[in-house]
Amino acid sequence: METYSFLREVADSWALLLLTLFFVGAAVWAFRPGSRAIHEEAANVIFKHDKSPGPLPGPSKEG
Amino acid sequence: MWDYAKLIVLAAVALLAAIAANYAHDLPYMVNAVEVAIAAAITFIYVLRHVGEETPKTPNEYQDGVIRAGVIATAFWGVVGFLVGVVIAFQLAFPSLNLGNVTEGILNFGRLRPLHTSAVIFAFGGNALIMSAFYVVQRTSAARLWGGGLGWFVFWGWQLMIVLAASSYILGGTQGKEYAETVWYIDLWITVVWVAFLAVFVGTLVKRREPHIYVANWFYLSMILTVAMLHLVNNAALPVSILGSLSVPVYSGVQDAMVQWWYGHNAVGFFLTAGFLGMMYYFVPKQVERPVYSYKLSIIHFWALIFLYIWAGPHHLHYTALPDWASTLGMVFSVMLWMPSWGGMINGLMTLSGAWDKLRTDPVVRMMVIAIGFYGMSTFEGPVMSIKAVNSLSHYTDWTIGHVHSGALGWNGMITFSVLYFLTPRLWNREGLYSLKLVSWHFWLATIGIVLYASSMWVTGIMEGLMWREVDANGFLVNAFADTVAAKFPMYVVRGLGGAMFLIGALIMVYNLWMTVKAQPAKASAYAAVPAE
Repeated sequence: METYSFLREVADSWALLLLTLFFVGAAVWAFRPGSRAIHEEAANVIFKHDKSPGPLPGPSKEG
Repeated sequence: MWDYAKLIVLAAVALLAAIAANYAHDLPYMVNAVEVAIAAAITFIYVLRHVGEETPKTPNEYQDGVIRAGVIATAFWGVVGFLVGVVIAFQLAFPSLNLGNVTEGILNFGRLRPLHTSAVIFAFGGNALIMSAFYVVQRTSAARLWGGGLGWFVFWGWQLMIVLAASSYILGGTQGKEYAETVWYIDLWITVVWVAFLAVFVGTLVKRREPHIYVANWFYLSMILTVAMLHLVNNAALPVSILGSLSVPVYSGVQDAMVQWWYGHNAVGFFLTAGFLGMMYYFVPKQVERPVYSYKLSIIHFWALIFLYIWAGPHHLHYTALPDWASTLGMVFSVMLWMPSWGGMINGLMTLSGAWDKLRTDPVVRMMVIAIGFYGMSTFEGPVMSIKAVNSLSHYTDWTIGHVHSGALGWNGMITFSVLYFLTPRLWNREGLYSLKLVSWHFWLATIGIVLYASSMWVTGIMEGLMWREVDANGFLVNAFADTVAAKFPMYVVRGLGGAMFLIGALIMVYNLWMTVKAQPAKASAYAAVPAE
């Protein structure tokens, strides 16, 4: 089979199926139980570190 | 040690560029080589003067200097790009403005048009994307920008690219691909700068101290990755000579056309949509001080946009040598794009729920809302125009130009203006903007300008589409092409006036931002003593 026909066939069968499944999976994953709290926290990240990243974790290296 | 390596490289670049300028085969190449030599020499002197200097390590401070520079560059290139746009709009209405006999074609519409599109998309839009990405990724990752001075390399590298491209265009350097006119060596330089941009962005994400990667960063990252892929594939070309700007594209015929519009449409989809949606998902919630309406919807918005946009390109090639199935595929995916686009628009607008009163009091919020409104309108109009029956009327007419500008001026322009208004007081530590009244002036001038622009282009586009296809009782075409040109004159003048209003609005913004930095009192430091109540 020539390359073009082969790629065409793969593209509109398996590749299409995989892409669709990935997309549906991503959408379902967003609605998984327990995601509400995580998403709420993520949505509020923008209000946390406005001025500076805050003190670094671990023992302070600066004297 | 590192400084000496830099000096050697810079000296070599300056020398080789000077030699290349001497042996150049064509004018754009020669001028570009001189510019590269000058840029390398200036950088050489700068590095030389700072040899051995220790840069203070401040991992618990954000790197905002490069973002301040980005704000200035965005405003500057915006005004330049809009100005060139107004000039070429009036050139179309009054062809004598081409000044053909004075400038020998240098300021012809054909030379200035890519200058305008590249200035607004890549200089104005590109600087806006880079500086806002640097701002957002630091704030949402709680980490200083990765790579030390690499952020500055991205900034200056991008400005050099803009200068090279602009001078190349007006001297006739082009590879004839719309929105990818830059010749081969500028394409290589864009690749270098873009990879550095990717490294800075991903490096900062990797050292983030928040568990989650905020959704705005997903949009920015998808923009960076996809634009890299598009740029590399579409610009695959073989230079005719290492001393000239000409090159031969790797693809030919309809494959070349398809690759070009796969690039062209995704430049719209990822550069002008995904990247600017990243701005929307950070700056709109920040300005209205409440989290995004639905984080789940933003995730679905992201994945749906990514999965659908990449297939929409063939709708630029309806009724051409492109196979019918491919253009049908492009049309179907374009129509499906309605869903994520409107999902995103609703998500942006509903973020204001409970804070709608801010529309009355805060002109910056008003600007964001009208930007999202134009996003919704132009992503509604686009799918309509991609339907074959509609496209047979709209294609090659001014309707397309009107559509592009309602998206570019309304969505990209307005959201960028609001981001500039948001960032300037914060980055220069000022007590709010100089004048909200001037923001309102900017808002109304720009909005009325866009309405004039878009509506005049609808009228003239549909008119010329209908004139082209009009046949008499015997089946002969009724109108000559020149008849449509004559009929379009009044609408072209209105379009130019709309553009001029948009430009005046941008100049008012520049004045306002300048005065914010110059005349507004500095914000009281958080550590200053607080008087007892």
